[in-house]
Amino acid sequence: MSDAGFIVLSYVFTIGSILLLVVVTIRQGRLLSRQVADQDKPWI
Amino acid sequence: MYGENDMNHDSTPDAVGGVATSTSRTIGVLAIVTMTWVVVSGLFFTPADANQGDAVRIMYVHVPTAWIAYLAFIVTGVASLTWLLKKTPSLVLDRVAGASAEVGVLFMAMTLVSGSLWGRLTWGTYWVWDPRLTTTAFLFVTYVGYLAVRGLGGSPQQRAQRSAIIASLAVLEIPLVHFSVVMWRSLHQSASILRPDGDVKMDGLMLFTLFSGVFAFTFTFIWLVMHRQRLLMMRDIVIEKGLEVAIRERQIERSGFDK
Repeated sequence: MSDAGFIVLSYVFTIGSILLLVVVTIRQGRLLSRQVADQDKPWI
Repeated sequence: MYGENDMNHDSTPDAVGGVATSTSRTIGVLAIVTMTWVVVSGLFFTPADANQGDAVRIMYVHVPTAWIAYLAFIVTGVASLTWLLKKTPSLVLDRVAGASAEVGVLFMAMTLVSGSLWGRLTWGTYWVWDPRLTTTAFLFVTYVGYLAVRGLGGSPQQRAQRSAIIASLAVLEIPLVHFSVVMWRSLHQSASILRPDGDVKMDGLMLFTLFSGVFAFTFTFIWLVMHRQRLLMMRDIVIEKGLEVAIRERQIERSGFDK
């Protein structure tokens, strides 16, 4: 594959950014979930 | 509204799991499966382009992220307009608008970065002040500003009102970005898929991988918006509880002075 560095970098940046936001979202969710009563969580 | 014990409430073990539900888990699995296929097919299975060579592989992440960023901003716009038009709007609309804008900004950043790398390979430069690139950067900055405005103080209703006005206007930039390649002379290629004549000239596997990318990023978008709007809801509750505790402490302090 020619120009592999640029191509792989674009995939790594895209997938990496999504993974980072997913991890941050899960961690924030767990932290906030401890501070909020279950009756205030309509999804439970 | 909330007692002292509620402030220190420690949820049951199930709730500590966060904001996931069986539906969001299913969407998450679909996102992982389709995204894996896009990466493998995009990098290894699809053929190189006759003109661009292997650089065309960036298309499988660049185009879907751009489309889903548009979708995210349209969702923000529709939710915001609904908030403004309804007599008794629900804060769910505001939270969906905010969560969708957050995800949209991330996807737009991915579009700009992957496009910049693609541009370096095909045009020989990372950036040029071309109409499509300039309007896309303008759209990105607009929604970064929208998120900054959401972060200003005030009640959730005040936040919803002011951000809904901005989002209702900002969504008008999307047609400008999309048709910029038609309206002005642009270095950026015109639409390959969303062509007015409907004539798509692309290899079958390339087209399949591209649309798999659209599905993969759509599942990811839905998963992220579902979770992040729940985060925004919990954050509002925590801030509200904090305010109530502070007011109560102030009142106790004041009654102590009065005595």
